[in-house]
Amino acid sequence: MQQTPGWGKTVANEKRGNGVIEFEEVSYGYSDNGPLLSNVSLKLAPGSFHFLTGPSGAGKTTLIKLCYGALVPTQGRATLFDQDVRQMSRDEIAETRRKIGVVHQDVQFLDHLSLVENIALPLTVSGRNTELTDLADLIGWVGLTGQMEALPPELSGGERQRAALARAVVMSPDVILADEPTGNVDWEMSQRLLKLLIELNRMGKTVLIATHDMNLIRAAKAQVQARVLRISDHRLQLAGADL
Amino acid sequence: MKTRLFSLFAGDAQADRVVPPTGFTARLTVFASGAMAFLAVFALALSLATGRLAQQWGDALAQSATIRVSAPDGQVDQQVLAVMEVLQTTPGVADARVLTDDEQRALLEPWFGPDLPLDTLPVPRLIEVTEAGDGFDPEGLRQRLAGEAPGAILDDHARWREPLVRAAGRLRLLGGVSIALIAMTTAAMITLAAQAALAANNQVIHVLRLVGARDSYIAGAFVRRFTLRALIGAAAGMVIGLVAILFLPSADVGGGFLTGLGFRGWHWLLPLLIPPLAALVAFVATRHAANRTLQELT
Repeated sequence: MQQTPGWGKTVANEKRGNGVIEFEEVSYGYSDNGPLLSNVSLKLAPGSFHFLTGPSGAGKTTLIKLCYGALVPTQGRATLFDQDVRQMSRDEIAETRRKIGVVHQDVQFLDHLSLVENIALPLTVSGRNTELTDLADLIGWVGLTGQMEALPPELSGGERQRAALARAVVMSPDVILADEPTGNVDWEMSQRLLKLLIELNRMGKTVLIATHDMNLIRAAKAQVQARVLRISDHRLQLAGADL
Repeated sequence: MKTRLFSLFAGDAQADRVVPPTGFTARLTVFASGAMAFLAVFALALSLATGRLAQQWGDALAQSATIRVSAPDGQVDQQVLAVMEVLQTTPGVADARVLTDDEQRALLEPWFGPDLPLDTLPVPRLIEVTEAGDGFDPEGLRQRLAGEAPGAILDDHARWREPLVRAAGRLRLLGGVSIALIAMTTAAMITLAAQAALAANNQVIHVLRLVGARDSYIAGAFVRRFTLRALIGAAAGMVIGLVAILFLPSADVGGGFLTGLGFRGWHWLLPLLIPPLAALVAFVATRHAANRTLQELT
């Protein structure tokens, strides 16, 4: 396998199996201009904590989307919970997404629903009847108790990010994928979000955070055993400890 | 399909809430289905009325014939008697009678006025023949009349009846075609409205998919909404159409076809089928549009 100076070994030679999300030689491209991601191999083991870094436009968001089945590899094999994405029906992908909580940088909500209804949305669409008051603890955990009935447009950037995190974990998913979760918030808020993600990891959740914020990664590594993946030249590499 | 329809009417309050209430597509659907139901009531009334008319014309004219006797002065009464004798021995003739002067005057009154001097005009005598069972053989009767009363001409109404019945049949067909076109137009308009709503709610669909909603759940929320709107609009349109039909001028002798453009008896119940049929059309159209849109969205 290819070696990249300064960024350690590539991630291709991980042992197959036992990963909640696994890629084998996965490539993906949006047009005929060549693949954005090429021969990416990856295994997210249960309870692991990963950062995904790389310059803007390197393909971090694309890789996150591949991780929850929003995109299907143009080449290679992607498996989510031991199911090949290419073989999955749309309903199976929907079911799988209930086990994967996703937080995007541009958090999107249903603006006509209150914050608590938005957070309960994964429960609603999966047909679970839950009293909205039962979510008080979760909403308190992300520090939004006072905004339960607020509409999303009334929330600040940080509040939206925390609400998105609450929505991502309300189904108690096995995996949390966060794409630049601290991109629109100040340092203090990003520390708060990071703390929440680390707490989730300590509860056994697999966490993958895409970010280009090296300070955030350093702060995290002081608190949790995290591996850092980097996308460079369309490939995914395992970064060294030299952050 | 049965299960889907059941779940449609059973409803899902929480699922319905995830689709934001939209303005113009809601109004468009209600208005379009209402207008189409209103038109469907008239098309149905037209179709039923022409069906009735065809039946009436067919029955009335098929069971009667007229013999016209034109002869020089002094021979008319003789030929009328000869015709009556022929008719008495003709199989398939139930009754025959000579129209009185007053009846003939009444027939000619619309054209010549009430003071027509029948005695001074060479007006032919008319004999009304009522047929029995399968009727008589018109060609055989014509040949016998030609031998016994050369001035007698048989009119068995066939040349009147057939085009009238055919025209009424065509009108009935046009009524049916109109109802089909109304259903198709409703489907097209609701499809457009549903597609517009789906396009406007792209972000909603994206969020719902992100949190694990199945396509059937997303489509169901839209389908339910549009089906209920179509049902409500069509019910309103049907009621207005029925009221309009109810207040048409009542039938009278001079009214003819137009005053017969209503419903009779149990036919008043037929328009009640329009709202559920409109809802069914909306259900199929929206479901098709939603499934296609969701498949296209990645």
